[in-house]
Amino acid sequence: MSTRGHILVMLVTLSSVFFMLRLVRRNQMRAKYSLLWLSAGSVLVLLAASPRLLDRVSVWLGITYGPATFFMGATTVLFLVAIHFSWELSRLEERTRVLAEELAVYRAEADDAAGNAPATGAGDARS
Amino acid sequence: MPVRQDFAGTAPPIARSPRPQPRGREPRTLVIVPAFNEAESLTRVLLELAACVPDATVLVVDDGSTDGTADVARAAGAIVAQLPFNLGVGGALRTGFRYAIRHGYERAVQLDGDGQHDPAEIAPLLAGLDQGADMVIGSRFAEAVTKYDVGRLRGHAMRILRLSVRLLSGHRFSDTSSGFRAFSGPLLEFFARNYPVEYLGDTAEALLLACYGGFQVVEVPVRMRVRSGGVPSNRNLKLAYHYLRVLVSMFSRAPAPLRRRELRRVASGRT
Repeated sequence: MSTRGHILVMLVTLSSVFFMLRLVRRNQMRAKYSLLWLSAGSVLVLLAASPRLLDRVSVWLGITYGPATFFMGATTVLFLVAIHFSWELSRLEERTRVLAEELAVYRAEADDAAGNAPATGAGDARS
Repeated sequence: MPVRQDFAGTAPPIARSPRPQPRGREPRTLVIVPAFNEAESLTRVLLELAACVPDATVLVVDDGSTDGTADVARAAGAIVAQLPFNLGVGGALRTGFRYAIRHGYERAVQLDGDGQHDPAEIAPLLAGLDQGADMVIGSRFAEAVTKYDVGRLRGHAMRILRLSVRLLSGHRFSDTSSGFRAFSGPLLEFFARNYPVEYLGDTAEALLLACYGGFQVVEVPVRMRVRSGGVPSNRNLKLAYHYLRVLVSMFSRAPAPLRRRELRRVASGRT
């Protein structure tokens, strides 16, 4: 990659890191996610700053084509992040469901307490 | 209990209201009616319920209806638990179970609000509980009570589901997708915390969970009517997707030793 290319990558990475920090400061992103993306960002900065690093890692891993190492790493990380998000979404959905169910039960109880729901037989829940 | 807890286990334990239980009388029964846009048929169902099971309390769980189902239910004298948005039958039922536990009910009956379940058939379901069962399923097919036509595609899908339940539970059930059921107190407590909330999971998967949990599940034959209002809640492609999803879910949640044993049995051709 040319020097100009490296500077471009660095600028893009630095601005996204800056954007991330701003989101965290405004409480628009939880710190755990910012940590994830910040570490991804710093790896990118590192790679942009020292062009030799990627090649050396590739040689050490036995991969002849440097960029392949990068894409492999990036794909793996993104894959894991996507799986994590599916898990997180499922958990959130379950919590939302439980909240909705609890709310419905409380609504029924509030109705009952306000006397809106007429008695239905001897087994009525009121005491 | 050998049931694996996943997300279904995140619901907090439910506080029981301390209520002394008088002895020597019928157990307190809650009839749970999950209803999604059933305003048309609900009044008749509730009237029939009041006539057939006068001692039971009726809880209509309004599953995010937009047609005034909740008002119709209140007008007919039922207690209404109104969900803020549509959760599906599983979610509506779990709401009912939580209500039942909080208010000290000792057993519950699930009956659809669309009129396809005949309240007169509740008695045989409750009789099943009295004989010691934990879950009594009203089956359309247990005996040839009446012909109940479900359509060809749906018939095939139900057959696959039935076979899967048989493989996983080791028991033969004739109607794994019936939503006309009765639940004992212990099972209510169990289900209030773990109930499959996804479509179809609310019947077949719940059946398996009860079996894995060591609860006794039986079927009794019932007559079912053609639904008197509302639209059947599925289309073919969607149905196929839901069946696939529930199968994946059922097989992946089976306790491991059971799964291995059943796979061996299938492999050796003794299905």
